[in-house]
Amino acid sequence: MKTKFLVGGAVILIALGYMIWAGVTQSAVYFVTPSELTAAPVAGKAYRLGGLVAPGSLKWEPRTLDLTFTMSDGRATVPVRHKGAAPDLFGEGRGAVVEGQWTADGYFKASLIMAKHSEEYKAPHDLKESQSKTLLKTLEEPKR
Amino acid sequence: MIPELGTGALLVALALCLYGAVMAALGARRGRTAYIESAQHAALAVFVLVTTCILLLAYAFLTFDFSVRYVANNTNLGTPFYYRITAVWGALEGSIVLWSWMVALYTLVVVLRHRTSARELYPWVLTVMLSVISFFLLVMTVAAPVFARSVPIPADGRGLNPLLEDSGMITHPLALYLGFTGFTVPFAFAVAALITGRVGDFWITTTRRWTILAWYFLSLGLLIGGWWSYHVLGWGGYWAWDPVENAAFMPWLTGTAFLHSVMIQERRRMLRLWNIALVILTFSLTLFGTFLTRSGVIASVHAFTQGAIGIFFLSFLALVVLTSLALIAWRWDDLAAQGVLDSVVSRESAFLLNNVLLVAAAFTVFFGTVFPLLSEAVRGVKVSVGAPFFNQVNVPLFLSLIFLMGVGPLIAWRRASLDNLKRNFLGPVLIGAVAALVLRLLGVRSTVAVVALALTLFVSATILVDLVRATRARRTMGERTLPALGGLLLRHNRRYGGFIVHLAVLVMAVGVTGSQAWSVHTEMTLQKGEQTELGGYRVRFDGLRESQESNHGKVTGTFTVVAGRGAGDVLEPAKKFYPQEQSPIAYVDYRLGFIDDLYLVLGDFARDGSHATVKMQVNRMVSWIWIGGLILTLGTLLSVLPERRKIA
Repeated sequence: MKTKFLVGGAVILIALGYMIWAGVTQSAVYFVTPSELTAAPVAGKAYRLGGLVAPGSLKWEPRTLDLTFTMSDGRATVPVRHKGAAPDLFGEGRGAVVEGQWTADGYFKASLIMAKHSEEYKAPHDLKESQSKTLLKTLEEPKR
Repeated sequence: MIPELGTGALLVALALCLYGAVMAALGARRGRTAYIESAQHAALAVFVLVTTCILLLAYAFLTFDFSVRYVANNTNLGTPFYYRITAVWGALEGSIVLWSWMVALYTLVVVLRHRTSARELYPWVLTVMLSVISFFLLVMTVAAPVFARSVPIPADGRGLNPLLEDSGMITHPLALYLGFTGFTVPFAFAVAALITGRVGDFWITTTRRWTILAWYFLSLGLLIGGWWSYHVLGWGGYWAWDPVENAAFMPWLTGTAFLHSVMIQERRRMLRLWNIALVILTFSLTLFGTFLTRSGVIASVHAFTQGAIGIFFLSFLALVVLTSLALIAWRWDDLAAQGVLDSVVSRESAFLLNNVLLVAAAFTVFFGTVFPLLSEAVRGVKVSVGAPFFNQVNVPLFLSLIFLMGVGPLIAWRRASLDNLKRNFLGPVLIGAVAALVLRLLGVRSTVAVVALALTLFVSATILVDLVRATRARRTMGERTLPALGGLLLRHNRRYGGFIVHLAVLVMAVGVTGSQAWSVHTEMTLQKGEQTELGGYRVRFDGLRESQESNHGKVTGTFTVVAGRGAGDVLEPAKKFYPQEQSPIAYVDYRLGFIDDLYLVLGDFARDGSHATVKMQVNRMVSWIWIGGLILTLGTLLSVLPERRKIA
């Protein structure tokens, strides 16, 4: 009786171990900075690239849904292309993490953009609600 | 004023808590009832004091008392009344207050319910629970001082995180924390059982309802969290395998295992050690989850900011685990099982396998969640595994669990004969097989979806077989069908409550399967008046309008469903602009349906309203998940009713 259960347990353990191993090798995503990526880019590998959206680099083409920008960490820059509108917290001069792949054509093809929330809300304390319309406009400007 | 009053109340509560914990233990050791009574009074006073803290905090929020830093950080003069209440527990410090209040509340109920019924265990239960509260009070005074003063007092606060301005934020944290903290009770009983050496079945039968309650609230918290994610976050999903979600899911998995394994101990006197270990593991995972989400070790969309709190939780977790292990080692000989497994084909082994799979699932979730930390420590590179990993590993586990859900309740105890198997499972297996075939012929390509739906039908059929047979048996005794069914549910409410919960899980499984297999989405820019088609819906963009709300500005897009299902409906996804935020927040609009949901997120737009980019999704069967939640509630209620089995 006992051997049956031991064998059963071993089978389950091995199956689980295999599934975890296969899962990890197939869905591992490497965290890199722009300097790390430019130092040793591997086309086709899944990366999560973290850095700053370089000011003046953001371009948005609503017709074709092409979003292009440059990620920077002060030392190196990586050109990024994405299909689709930017998420809410995304903007020039702000932190962002993009997930995707390095392509042989020399750009990073993002499949997912995760904008970084600043750790604490840096609220402009002098701003009243009535002024939020003004804010609303300034917020839109970079996207045009 | 509030900061001083609050801090004072906290310190007195902490002192009383420690006093009560020591007195209860001394009372138990020396057999002094007076000591235990004194500890009870301390527990009552702690509850009153922590309640006072919450009320003080709520008062500070309602009166915009920005001298309290926590209030200043999480509200401003524009925050609506309703959200000033939810802001009490909306951020780190407040959530710890709520947490300790709930443990204090549970302690009070334990005092009221168990002070006479569980004489031997009870004082130690009190000691454990008061120690847990002491820890949270310590965190509240040292690591995350909720009543800290703001210097200087600002004229206005920073405002609440806009994502938290949602009705889900009142129910989601409450349910989730009631679940998390609820496991403190069975844990305290388990530790008390170890200390007193009464490791038999008493602690398990005493805490059965407690465990179900905690499990139910945790389930509800997870579901409401999914609902919040679905209708607020605007990515169209309800579960992302985010570390915060995983943190709550792990204790749910082990808690579910515990709910099942205690039945084996009650019936067959087996698995004593396993049950004690499971409940300790579950409680530890609730602490680990808090550590994970509050310490900032793992980046997550909705983790709170980091601070000294991480080291507190880690130390307490280590203390809990080490103490528990030492106690288990001490009582090792008493924990030996009395019953033995007779056969591989029996209800015991079905339950055992269910437990192994649930714990395996919890382990894979744990592994995937801490993987970035592991890989950084071992290989020096930061690697994460995302949703694909969790799905790939857990789908086979969950499918097997659904299969066992059909087998477990019907298979015979000890040793199932071929006849028993045929009688119970021949019909359901045929139904499942035919269903799989039909689904294939209907053109369902996803193998996972075919298997999942076929299994769901198989399990539903087993439940039906059982109900029909039992109702018939009662009918032959002269009852009519409906009263027979009703009487059955009430007399054997534990069994049928469990069946209804299983049914709820099946309904949710259909929802998850359907939404994974058949949802469609697109993103495009529409000119004013232009229309697009997706999944049977034809939607037209009719323009934008600006408006001003109490604490934010809003740009709303108007989209009309012009053909197909739901024609004439107008959906108004928007972007909200909060003055305290650097970016707008999307406000999703959706139309829920039994079969599919139409779900719109406004992306970018032209200021003159000439065009807008919209993310459009048709999510299938998602409503089944929420419906499953309602059925789950019914099943849980039935199973905690007092048993009314007729004494034959």
